[in-house]
Amino acid sequence: MWRNLPLPTHAPRRATDEAYLASVVSELASVHPEQPWLLQALIRLQLELGWLSPQALDLLSKASGQSQGEIRGVIDFYGFLTTQPPKAYRLLLSNNLTDQWLGQGNNFDRLSSLNNLDLAYTSCTGLCDQGPAGLINGLPLTRLNDQRCQQVAEAIQESVPVSDWPVEWFQVTETIQQSGPLLELRPKPGELLASCLAMGVEAFMAELKTSGLQGRGGAGFSTWQKWDSCRNEAAPTKYLVCNADEGEPGTFKDRLLLAEYADLLIAGMTIGAWATGANQGFIYLRGEYLFLFSSLRAALKRHQTAGLLGQNILGVAGFDFDIDIHLGAGAYVCGEESALIESLESKRGIPRLRPPYPISRGYLNQPTLVNNVETFCAISHLVSGGAAAFKNLGHEGSAGTKLHSVSGDCAKPGIYECALGTPVNDLLTLAGAETAKAVQVGGPSGQLILAGDFDTRLSFTSRSSGGSIMAVGPLRDLFDLPANFGAFFAQESCGFCTPCRVGSQLISGALGRIKSGQGSGRDLETITELVQLNTYASHCGLGHTLGHPFQQLMALQPGAITGKLTADDGPRFSLQAATNEARGLAGNRP
Amino acid sequence: MTSERAFTLDDTEVEFEPGDSLLTAALASDRYIPHLCAHPDFSPHGSCRVCLVEVDGHNRPACTTAAQPGMTIRSDIEPINTLRRQLLQLLFVEGNHFCPSCEQSGQCQLQATAYAVGMTDLHYPPLGPRRELDASHPDLLLDRDRCIGCELCVKASSEVDQKHIFSLGGRGTHTQLIVNSEHNQLGETDMTPDDRAAHICPVGVILFKTGNYAQPTGQRLYDQQPISVIGNHRAEDVELPPTP
Repeated sequence: MWRNLPLPTHAPRRATDEAYLASVVSELASVHPEQPWLLQALIRLQLELGWLSPQALDLLSKASGQSQGEIRGVIDFYGFLTTQPPKAYRLLLSNNLTDQWLGQGNNFDRLSSLNNLDLAYTSCTGLCDQGPAGLINGLPLTRLNDQRCQQVAEAIQESVPVSDWPVEWFQVTETIQQSGPLLELRPKPGELLASCLAMGVEAFMAELKTSGLQGRGGAGFSTWQKWDSCRNEAAPTKYLVCNADEGEPGTFKDRLLLAEYADLLIAGMTIGAWATGANQGFIYLRGEYLFLFSSLRAALKRHQTAGLLGQNILGVAGFDFDIDIHLGAGAYVCGEESALIESLESKRGIPRLRPPYPISRGYLNQPTLVNNVETFCAISHLVSGGAAAFKNLGHEGSAGTKLHSVSGDCAKPGIYECALGTPVNDLLTLAGAETAKAVQVGGPSGQLILAGDFDTRLSFTSRSSGGSIMAVGPLRDLFDLPANFGAFFAQESCGFCTPCRVGSQLISGALGRIKSGQGSGRDLETITELVQLNTYASHCGLGHTLGHPFQQLMALQPGAITGKLTADDGPRFSLQAATNEARGLAGNRP
Repeated sequence: MTSERAFTLDDTEVEFEPGDSLLTAALASDRYIPHLCAHPDFSPHGSCRVCLVEVDGHNRPACTTAAQPGMTIRSDIEPINTLRRQLLQLLFVEGNHFCPSCEQSGQCQLQATAYAVGMTDLHYPPLGPRRELDASHPDLLLDRDRCIGCELCVKASSEVDQKHIFSLGGRGTHTQLIVNSEHNQLGETDMTPDDRAAHICPVGVILFKTGNYAQPTGQRLYDQQPISVIGNHRAEDVELPPTP
């Protein structure tokens, strides 16, 4: 719904003119009044004003009929939205392990003394192949090495507007290190859809079934089964959603697909709509990828102009389907499909109770098909070459190819398209990471693999990956992984259920103590208990998996954890830190 | 002989009505399953996880799991009670729950449930929240540091009182109660002590400014009988037999 709206300028405007604000709000509310528009309006105003002012809240409340409290509840949930008056600059530094390894900690320290800068960490920004990375007023800064960071600090100190910063500071490079049949696919506009129409829905669904395509988001659910269920839902309105909320730390392959392969994505989505009877599509684009909004919008426009989206697509009477872009605003949990749907409905991204599943009752309680960006692109791939060829590419029931985002300690970070079933070893050799002692596959919620097991295959039947491959060099401390990932889960827990909301904090705290050499056997016990509690008792997948990094390291190399423990089982706090405030008040700062 | 609409709860049969959750059916048969965020007058929430039971070998919250004929449910078993104790310990350390000085002590469902599952210590390090205390209302006080995020006040205020006074804001452990007014102040709302929302909190977030500590220790609600017998109630909703 936002494709016709102008995108924010680099520098936030401090609009205090009520008439102007009112006109923006009424414009936002009127584009698609039947769809929940609040969150998109909040994001737009945040980008334009740098914050959500009381005035803006008041106007939004009147226009939406929602109370200011409810609206503040939504704002509070999303990391990129704020009701605090902004400073001239807001810089969110990516806190992924790979960014930290490249010196993000030093960047943070260097920038933290600047008065006119709001500085904070944010979860992985999906720029791990060109980190350390950050987002300045919503736009990506890449390759923040010491020198660049110093330049940024100076620009901020001298109040140079972000729009006047050198373009290369914002340069996001897409590096395809190895392409395969998907990335080499360049169909003519409409070609794939037309071949599907010629085939007929029944024949296409049979092809899809034969192909054995599984969802590329990580869970590997059968795409045919999902589409078939959606097709069989009798409802006047069905929705089709592309999950472009690529938030799993270390993953950036969807960034490439969205930036350079939008045609494959749109074709895949349109084929999905045709096969399942969906009438309206959404691309849920993570807020970190705001810089892709314009090119994506342009791609959609091209398709509309060519009659490939909109009414009577390719001249087929009644084949109506269009796609809107919805932006996210900094919440990892919205990658979970039911939380994503809540977010599409402009609510806090709390995963829903299931059943009912989105396929029967999703967006606005209607059947909703949600697939990952890569899955829709894989549809284009399989339509182009046929199911048999697609199936032949894989390994033991895992069909097709997989895009891997490789980062961390490797000579050639970037995107690798490999047949499913490729051993870790082969991929690391290609990436120049032969000396790696371990690799984290599938991000924090995935799997740690040590060098001795590098013959493990990357496939749905062996080690499944949503696309994140972080190589761990020989000199790294393996404990960095659970420590960083523990903080990540604590940051991203939605807060709905007790075990994850509180447990993730305590686990992260205990991991931090162990990392700093102050952890004891009691911390280990705490982590072990709470990880188990989350496996048994939490509401969604985030809680179920938040203990994996710790459990896996404990199973594979316990010494990396136990070697850090102190023998002292004494108090779990630092007396110094606990009395800082009191000593400060008494004027006795140490 | 198994009834067509019955499941087994800890080796005895519980009958249910169509649409019942495991928890609703169990409570209707006077079978106690520890719980906090569930309330018979409102849709199930499933956030506290305290009503966790083992359903045919899998752990599920009893409040959001639909009763099915022939299910085998285990609730009062040590592995489940251990998880419940841990969940309660987490709720205690997350907030500021200092029972000895609390107005709700003796009629607090969190405290009573902790007794019911045999929780004897905090076990985990307290997180020490410092959320905003709201004393702006003439009759009511909001102590957010005790909130367990059950949203019962949110539902009571919107569904019963039709006032929409409360929402939840924040994320993760920063989740906290928001008042739907310009400055997030209860005094700016039309909430009254008669509102259902003022009589729903299972803990001690929404407090009356007067009349506290009226019952001496030993005569308070859950001093009389444990929560497994009395049920999850507010003191004002229960008629207790006169103290001997």
